[in-house]
Amino acid sequence: MANIFAFAEARNGELRKVALENVTAARKLADATGGQVHALLVGAPGIGAKADQLGKHGADVVMVCEHAAFTQYNPEATAALAADRIKTGGFRAALFSTSAQGRDLAPRVAGKLRIGLVSDVTSVELSGDTFTAKHPINIGKVIATVTIAGTPAIVSIRPNTYAPVVNQKPGTVENVTPVGDPSAARVVVKELVTGSAGKLDLAEAPVIIAGGRGLKAAENFKLVEDLADAFGNAAVGATRAITDDGWRPHSDQIGQTGRLVSPELYVAVGISGAVQHLAGMRTSKTIVAINKDKEAPIFKVADYGIVGDVFEIMPVLTAAVKEARKGH
Amino acid sequence: MKIAVCIKRVPDMDVRFRIAADGTSLDEAGVKFDLNDFDAWAVEAALQLKEKAGSGEVVVLSLGPNAVQETLRKALSMGADRAVHLQADKIPFDGFAIATALAAELKDGAYDLILFGKLAPDSSNGITGTIVAELLDLPCVTAISKLDIANGRGTAKRELEGAQEIVEFPLPAVLTIDEGLNAARYPSLKGIMAAKKKPLESRPAALGEPTVQIEKLDLPPERAAGRIVGEGAAAVPELIRLLQTEAKVL
Repeated sequence: MANIFAFAEARNGELRKVALENVTAARKLADATGGQVHALLVGAPGIGAKADQLGKHGADVVMVCEHAAFTQYNPEATAALAADRIKTGGFRAALFSTSAQGRDLAPRVAGKLRIGLVSDVTSVELSGDTFTAKHPINIGKVIATVTIAGTPAIVSIRPNTYAPVVNQKPGTVENVTPVGDPSAARVVVKELVTGSAGKLDLAEAPVIIAGGRGLKAAENFKLVEDLADAFGNAAVGATRAITDDGWRPHSDQIGQTGRLVSPELYVAVGISGAVQHLAGMRTSKTIVAINKDKEAPIFKVADYGIVGDVFEIMPVLTAAVKEARKGH
Repeated sequence: MKIAVCIKRVPDMDVRFRIAADGTSLDEAGVKFDLNDFDAWAVEAALQLKEKAGSGEVVVLSLGPNAVQETLRKALSMGADRAVHLQADKIPFDGFAIATALAAELKDGAYDLILFGKLAPDSSNGITGTIVAELLDLPCVTAISKLDIANGRGTAKRELEGAQEIVEFPLPAVLTIDEGLNAARYPSLKGIMAAKKKPLESRPAALGEPTVQIEKLDLPPERAAGRIVGEGAAAVPELIRLLQTEAKVL
């Protein structure tokens, strides 16, 4: 029997989708050995109201730590608490998310526990005494199968690889107190600057419309935004050339040095398909490419391609998607 | 301002990788190596901070086989003052093992800042800098794309999914650098000449005990060949039909 620790990420008092994915992955591991899932949820007073969501997705116990100093992400105090809980709880494995927050948090916890970890894993498995994970390396061109000998095995899980599954468990709330004074942390998040409300993020959107140099000018990015609006569930991304030129913020960049995404549908508009870009999106489930050059490398990874002028095609495609989405 | 920058020699990603006969490593024949992009931005950040302060020292460190000395020379030719090579037969996959050796080297260096790139594209873990910070009990801010240092304190910006964090921290600190902070300078001919005379020390790395091990490498399945649905706007109805009936995503 092996109990599994799952960190449940929240931002601004709301659970992130990766929190449910993490609990789902932990549930699978725990079920393989008849163990329990213990989730840790940290936030401002009131965050405990979200614990039932974690129970619904498979948490046996939800450790809740409410404190005003957890209103914004508090890296040092969160890591201290997570490390303490993991150590005292005797967990076989501890799961974090490969989100901006999880990438920051997981190695802090491992460092405190003086053990290694693996980031950005796409599957985890516990078989007898052996903890195995799959971890894409070399920008996804090679897949490493790794074993983690340490206990607990610490990993961060790539978003969108474990779709949240409803699996009602007690979700018994256990209120826990911070380790030390979280208001005394040296590193302090002074401000969270959020984008436009209601905008879907690249990590969570089922559909991504991305634009490249083929759009020719910053103002033409509206064609990409219009198609995203027509889908209604789409986020907008861009190539490195576009973010380097400042047409879009760096955070929209999909690729080797930017974001790694794997949505249900990826539409590449005016993107030639440089290695740097393909590294960030090649695991998308369905890829559509629209490009004037029929030799462009993007067509080698695209399930469906249309060769032609993006300025002619995009308005027609946007209207057609709007029509198809009627009633959704 | 005394700044350390930990850098890594990484393979050029623009190739088709081959798995070596042992099944757990890559065949390096014909693969070109260079300074990791994120680490180049970290070196650049250090040089700019030193230039702004008007004095100081930038020390670059790298762990691995003798070939990493070439990477260290590149950083020296960009303008770093001296280099430290921590010798290991190969660069371990386990970030904790690497961080242990780096922390031992950095511990008594009295650095104001220790910089890392946020990630190396080969091992794709992005953990080494943060673990070093924990081992040295230093404040740490990761994946920063904006940085201001004044009066012994720093302010940095971190990109999140659809948001940004503004983070404050005291020095000394460990920072990991994201794209967008700066554009790395190219070594000048003068810089390359000067780098040949700059000090480069080499000593064995005191690696930590690895717990993470690569058992097997595989190439991912190739994507099935796609198809060109058609040309121009006339192909849109067929694309819509395929997205609805075949891919079932619309």
